[in-house]
Amino acid sequence: MSERIAEADLPIEGPAAPPRSNGELVFEEPWQSRLFGLTLALQEQGVFAWKDFQTELIAAIAEWESRADHQEEYRYYECWQRAFEKMLRDRDLCTAQELDQRSHQLAARPHGHDHDHEH
Amino acid sequence: MSDHDHDSDSPAQRAEALESLLAEKGLLDPGVVDGIVERYERDIGPMRGAQIVARAWTDPDYRRRLLTDGTGAVGEMGFEGAQMERLEVKENAPGVHNVVVCTLCSCYPWAVLGLPPTWYKEPAYRSRIVREPRRVLTEMGLVLDDEVEIKVWDSSAEIRYMVLPERPNGTEGASEEELAAMVGRDAMIGVAKVSAPA
Repeated sequence: MSERIAEADLPIEGPAAPPRSNGELVFEEPWQSRLFGLTLALQEQGVFAWKDFQTELIAAIAEWESRADHQEEYRYYECWQRAFEKMLRDRDLCTAQELDQRSHQLAARPHGHDHDHEH
Repeated sequence: MSDHDHDSDSPAQRAEALESLLAEKGLLDPGVVDGIVERYERDIGPMRGAQIVARAWTDPDYRRRLLTDGTGAVGEMGFEGAQMERLEVKENAPGVHNVVVCTLCSCYPWAVLGLPPTWYKEPAYRSRIVREPRRVLTEMGLVLDDEVEIKVWDSSAEIRYMVLPERPNGTEGASEEELAAMVGRDAMIGVAKVSAPA
């Protein structure tokens, strides 16, 4: 649709580029869709209200934006993840320690293991 | 992916860890997650909004209902979904162009447009579209006359917005279905117009 673009801050290519078609993937990586699904599932089950999650998400995004050095690229779903983890911690549903531990266990698996969710 | 030594686990590992812990605790059925993801990847998307726009273009009564009670008019079409407490539809006209943003995070009318595109969530769009909408729209390929007033609608947890674009000239004979096929997601966010197929 628009082939002409921009000098300024909007990137020309890559996932953050302005739209040129409607064919954009909803999720860039599979973990993002799992995280999204997890969050919605808990909300649908009434574990928390969407508004509460949204408040945490806004805070996580604001926190990223307030950091002085924007060396790292903005990653929306990493903000989402921080918000989700904080909500679970605040409700005593999942502590930071058990999450770190589980995550490191998963990281320690031999390279090339299958990423299927076997549970 | 990330090689910070203080945080060696990747977001993918953390997401997987979360899912396995929540399942173990009985808080979550992984099958439910599969269903939700599938719904958003396959069933819920801007084709719904396009059908609404086409209906509004061809049915003046529907258009009136859509503009006065967006949530109700969308419900009439059988589209329900999360994140739709209240939908307001803003109508473009020759002298007025509407564009939607969420300055604080990523609020978006999921039930009618699906999940937002990446650029919608980026800090650049969220901050700049409010400060300099004309320039940002131009960069995105939408050049508006200087006389056209641009209205920027900031979404929130309470209110989501969708733009009702102008019906393109030369589509008088088109059916509702043909019209729906012309309506793209970006036109319903307000960063593009609908054009008739060549």
